[in-house]
Amino acid sequence: MLYRENGQFKTSYTEDQQILPIVQDRWFMLALLGVAYLALPALASDYMYRALIIPFLILAIAAIGLNILVGYCGQISLGTAAFMSIGAYAAYNLVVRVPMLNFLVVLVLAGAIAALVGVLFGIPSLRIKGLYLAVATLAAQFFVDWVFARVKWFTNYSASGSVSTAPIEIFGWVVDSPLEKYLFVLTIAIVLTVAAKNLVRGHIGRSWMAMRDMDVAAEVIGIRPLYAKLTAFAVSSFYAGVAGALWGFVYLGAWEPLAFNINMSLNLLFMIIIGGMGSLLGAYFGAAFIVLLPILLNQIPGMLGIPISTALASHLELMIFGSLIVFFLIAEPHGLARLWAIGKEKLRLWPFPH
Amino acid sequence: MAALLAMKARAVALAIGTIAAAASLALPGAAVAQQKGAAAGKGEQFFPVLVYRTGAYGPNGTPWANGYVDYLKLINAQGGINGVKITYEECETAYDTARSVECYERLKSRPNAAVFQPLSTGATFAITDKAPTDKIPIITAGYGRSESVEGEVFPWNFPLGGTYWTAADVLVQHLGKQNGGLDKLKGKKIALIYHDSPYGREPIPLLTERSKLHGFQLTTIPVTHPGVEQKAAWLQIRQQRPDYVILWGWGVMNSTAIREAVATGFPRDKMYGGWWSGAEPDVLPVGADAKGYNAMAFQHGAGRAKVHEDILKLLHAKGQGTGPADEVGQVLYTRGLISAMFAVEGVRQAQLRYGVRPLTGEEVRYGLENLNIDQKRIDALGLTGVIRPLATNCRDHEGSRYARVHTWDGSKWNFSSDWFESDDQIIKPMIKDFAARYAAEKKITRRSCEAEIAAAQKAAPAAAPAKAAAPAAKK
Repeated sequence: MLYRENGQFKTSYTEDQQILPIVQDRWFMLALLGVAYLALPALASDYMYRALIIPFLILAIAAIGLNILVGYCGQISLGTAAFMSIGAYAAYNLVVRVPMLNFLVVLVLAGAIAALVGVLFGIPSLRIKGLYLAVATLAAQFFVDWVFARVKWFTNYSASGSVSTAPIEIFGWVVDSPLEKYLFVLTIAIVLTVAAKNLVRGHIGRSWMAMRDMDVAAEVIGIRPLYAKLTAFAVSSFYAGVAGALWGFVYLGAWEPLAFNINMSLNLLFMIIIGGMGSLLGAYFGAAFIVLLPILLNQIPGMLGIPISTALASHLELMIFGSLIVFFLIAEPHGLARLWAIGKEKLRLWPFPH
Repeated sequence: MAALLAMKARAVALAIGTIAAAASLALPGAAVAQQKGAAAGKGEQFFPVLVYRTGAYGPNGTPWANGYVDYLKLINAQGGINGVKITYEECETAYDTARSVECYERLKSRPNAAVFQPLSTGATFAITDKAPTDKIPIITAGYGRSESVEGEVFPWNFPLGGTYWTAADVLVQHLGKQNGGLDKLKGKKIALIYHDSPYGREPIPLLTERSKLHGFQLTTIPVTHPGVEQKAAWLQIRQQRPDYVILWGWGVMNSTAIREAVATGFPRDKMYGGWWSGAEPDVLPVGADAKGYNAMAFQHGAGRAKVHEDILKLLHAKGQGTGPADEVGQVLYTRGLISAMFAVEGVRQAQLRYGVRPLTGEEVRYGLENLNIDQKRIDALGLTGVIRPLATNCRDHEGSRYARVHTWDGSKWNFSSDWFESDDQIIKPMIKDFAARYAAEKKITRRSCEAEIAAAQKAAPAAAPAKAAAPAAKK
């Protein structure tokens, strides 16, 4: 009743091609932005920013990157955390060695360096496919872990191998309060999401999807696998690199190579599987699921006033979290984004389903 | 039919998804409500407790946590800190840095949160970054950043009672004594097997410095987290045949290393652990073969003092103890207890200046910076023979640099050395150097300690009526 596109006629190609073709969707998106920029800052506490929303947004950026590679281009990768750490260490080194750079420039350069390395590790994808490629990207993970733990230059000869960051400054604006950090990360997330949306619905995105669906057929219709696969690796690693730099500078503040270990890669992969492969919205859903749900589960006993031991609470958290993953995968193998789409579909017919 | 079922499953999934989303939106509200509930019982000092009772490091994290919480309970059972009751809340970190940061954020904004003790060097690095803005001190008793002794650069960090550098320095001194003088270490081969994390890498600069000084040959062998796979490391030991092996592990890595030593045939009495590699969970799994294994003792070793008896009497006898009763007096249990004691004494000291009431983190920081736990105080705390006197000031956040070595005899830990004090001539310049680098990296302006120390000296007689007589008489 409320959500129906009846009577909305498109009279030009531009109108037909816009990202949100339905008026209600546009209103919804505006409302969402309003909540994100105006309502949340008025309501949220420091804890929400620093422990929940900021990690959620940063990992959503990384998940978008991984989704471009896995969900859109069909190249399974287990090395996202490696590309994140490349972004993080690149940003650290840029800030330390070229201190006059603006942090936005640092972010872009960090992403670009990660993209370069991503392309390098993407080259095997031209020959190997599927699970074999996953194993090859796993090599990236271990190699990068090793490099940052062993080659002292990258950590600026820090004795403990842990690096700590200087405060972020952009045109004289020092991003240090949780609210400022949130707005900063939010803006970057929005810019990157819109860019990704436009990439995946443009010709590059189509060539990625063609590679994913059937590489031989794609080649036959004139898509160059080299170009399609390597651009997917590049864009994906760029996103991961930016996310890694943000994770290090905005969220952690000081980190060691362990912060970007294989667990992080696997978590990101779970995010896009649970959130929905080949969907940008899915990256957000997945990040919310993996980041927020365990913390919520951990706090439920305390919130209900049930006195159980800390150990039991965290065991319960793992058990419930695990079974929820299984449940969602059985209920909807295409992920939470698909559930969202079904919900919208239902809403169109409501209240008179046929 | 099948399609219908599938539809139903989807509808259920959708409903659950919606509920989960709604619940996660409701979460902050609920959390705030709970915080207010806690604050309603005002007049209480809140102690955030970051622990890990699960995961690969759980066996070592649990006794520490039990000791920590038991001491807080004991203080409450004895009437609180000068009458101010303690509340606390545990938060499970699983020794994970990101999770520790979440716990820190969750608990730091509670009213009157006194001090954080993350029990993880990685988490310490991350939290050190946030403490100055949040104005809450961090105690890292026996771990953390070694250079954070320098109070001018690290006003909020308190590595009370000893740092990794202290531990490593004392260990080398002990080895020197075993050989009849530090100069006799020349040409000896010492291998360091370390947990490949900031924790494990911390002692390396000091050991390198010492190896240059005395001419022993240092080999560093990293072991990746969690440390159950050490075959490669011990193969290196077998090839190089070092005179001593120093073990810098944590959790299951320690017992694995001792087991590997048994398998390699490396004598256990030539093996020395850091003070996080010398507790019951490290040797008990190995059984009789661990006999002869040495480790540093962080001031205290195992065994029960009066404070342990009090805990058994006032808590465990009434069924209010946190862990099993026979854990009371174990090495890590006592370490947790002493860590909690430092925090409580910090609050007590701060109360002298700010009055007997629940204090903020910033006020507690003052107390920690002016700690003075002398022998009389140690006796009063029931810790006679467990620790040595400790006094901090604006420049020195460590307070005491003593340690000794204890040896596992197959059933219990016994001290096997005298007290050693770490050598300031070696450590001080290193601390200066590392702290200066940190300050440059973080663009921190060093605070001046001159005024603070003078003010503290002036305030001390006024604040402590018992001591007021002596300086007044001098005037």
